[in-house]
Amino acid sequence: MRTYVLRRLLQLVPLLLAVVALTFLLLKLAPGDYVTTLAENPQVSTATLEAMRHRFGLDRPWTVQLGLYLRNVLLRLDFGESFSRHQPVLEVLRGGMLHTLLLALAGALVSWGLAIPLGAWAAAHRNRAGDRALSVFAFLGLSVPEMLSGLLLLLFAAHTGGFPVGGMRSLDWEVLPPAGKVLDLLWHLALPALVVGLVPLAGRMRQMRANLLDVLHLDYVTTARAKGLDERTVVMKHALRNALNPMITLFGYTLGSLLSGSLVAEIIFAWPGLGRVTYEAILARDQYLVVGSVLMAALLLVLGNLVADLLLAAADPRIRDD
Amino acid sequence: MTEPAAAVAQQTRARSPARVGWEAFRANRVAVAGAVLLAVFHTLALLAPFVAPYAQDSLDRSRFYHPPQSVHWRDPAGRFHLRPFVYGTRSGAGTFAYRADPAQVVPLRFLVRGERYRLLGVLPADIHLFGVAEPQRVNLLGTDAAGRDVLSRLLFGAQVSLSVGLVGILISFAIGLLLGGLSGYLGGWVDALIMRGSELLLSIPGLYLIVALRSVFPAEMPSGQIYLAIVAILALIGWAALARVIRGMVLSIRRSDYVVAAEALGVGRLRIITRHVLPNTLSFVIVAATISVPGYILGEVFLSFLGVGVQEPDASWGNMLQQARSLTVLTDFPWLLFAPALAIFLTVMAFNFLGDGLRDALDPRRLGERMG
Repeated sequence: MRTYVLRRLLQLVPLLLAVVALTFLLLKLAPGDYVTTLAENPQVSTATLEAMRHRFGLDRPWTVQLGLYLRNVLLRLDFGESFSRHQPVLEVLRGGMLHTLLLALAGALVSWGLAIPLGAWAAAHRNRAGDRALSVFAFLGLSVPEMLSGLLLLLFAAHTGGFPVGGMRSLDWEVLPPAGKVLDLLWHLALPALVVGLVPLAGRMRQMRANLLDVLHLDYVTTARAKGLDERTVVMKHALRNALNPMITLFGYTLGSLLSGSLVAEIIFAWPGLGRVTYEAILARDQYLVVGSVLMAALLLVLGNLVADLLLAAADPRIRDD
Repeated sequence: MTEPAAAVAQQTRARSPARVGWEAFRANRVAVAGAVLLAVFHTLALLAPFVAPYAQDSLDRSRFYHPPQSVHWRDPAGRFHLRPFVYGTRSGAGTFAYRADPAQVVPLRFLVRGERYRLLGVLPADIHLFGVAEPQRVNLLGTDAAGRDVLSRLLFGAQVSLSVGLVGILISFAIGLLLGGLSGYLGGWVDALIMRGSELLLSIPGLYLIVALRSVFPAEMPSGQIYLAIVAILALIGWAALARVIRGMVLSIRRSDYVVAAEALGVGRLRIITRHVLPNTLSFVIVAATISVPGYILGEVFLSFLGVGVQEPDASWGNMLQQARSLTVLTDFPWLLFAPALAIFLTVMAFNFLGDGLRDALDPRRLGERMG
């Protein structure tokens, strides 16, 4: 297992290098460079501009620039300055990453927490009314992109007043007791998490149903039935475990759509995460902030895939011994 | 079975795979409904200037945020009108409050003369499918903040949003097929390069990558250029996932006897890939393309929704949705959300239905069963 973990970690290095190099390309291709945008601001002194030029080597050939950029990003975690916020990019992103992770995980909890039991139930009650209703729901859910479900839930929140229409905390958050703080956070989290989780929920539910149906046809399940076990034990104890394995692999694939989904949910519900920062950055043409947040989103995805792979290896010895 | 009987049975059964697939598809009512809906939407988009009563940027300053008008056949006195009509409205007490006036019966006229346009971009015309006599206006789906007709904008917006899907899928699948084919067939460093490239693209969450690539282009561009930029961005991203699957399929196909035979005959590599290997991936590609189209449509919707896609006054489903983002609009003028939302939902669902039906119909294993 240890060598497997080590190998997977080593594989990440070239990938992350390539992602950083790609973001460098994005910076170079964008109209104007870092300093031209900054130079339009009369409050920035010429000395600062020169310091910036030197730090990123903008006066030197692009190969040197790439080298400096890689060094700055990888060794010093220096992603440059955000000119719309007058702050180092990393500082702007640090808080946002945590909030995005929270939202994405909540979305994952909504989708997987519901998809597995619902999918399993549908498979066990195949072709009955409940199964059909769930499959209609899954089909509709797959056709409601986050932008639509987000706006509809926002409309719902505005009409009923039962949920906040945006933000992460109430105004009186500071004075709430600890339990109240958690509840307040969950209350703000509910609708955005539902937006993030809905599309994956529909897809994973269908997947789970198909997996379990496949397993239920296998010989060992028939054996279990032949032993006279009741259907409940057969499904819950014998079939379910093997139907869950492919779902772990899928978790890695879902992570990208969870992060994309949070980007939309954050914009609609003013959730102060990475996506919100990215949105404001692109409207302000704050190129370094855009690129920094894309880098962070990629990092979250790559690390999430790693976790999914390790989980799968932990669950399935065939993979780690390969 | 005796031999002649078997021959007869074979004769009656001999149907081409395409025909068997087509029959299976036709039997799937949901998939057919999806296909019909898509055909209707695309036709409406193509004929948008004719179907829409007004141009997409034609505004009426006396009708801001006008609610949708419903079509009636029977007036308050209970008289039946052969010609359907809407009620004229008067501004009510508050701001943007309109009251239907039962005394003003405004009949809908069909094939009326109105604003001039060019059908399909070339034919000059001024006939619209329906309209009302000036100075009245008809807004079946209401108007927006600038007093523009939502139905007309929905139809013109469909031109942008639907065509982005089709053009985007065409380009990115061409790239994906070629690169996946090369990767699987050639192997070696070409394979490594293409696969690492696709991994790179897949390691960035899709919408973040779209935003990042959009930031490479200037913020302000003419509509035509923004359209091309959006298509380019979506096509650049979309090939990666496809190329990986195609590579896997090609790896197994290239070992088949007929490819080995073609190689032995001295057929060129590119020709083997394009004529012998890739056609075998066709049924998979058709299904994958159908299911991927919504992703491209939503890519445009997403960028326009952020305000960095198709710019006003040009309409797209995305920038119509953007108008509905503020809470006041959502609560007071909800038709600005419902009109584009319903259009997007129905389109995505129709593509999903169609894709699912095609998958069932083209599945080689099931084809085999059906062909006997």
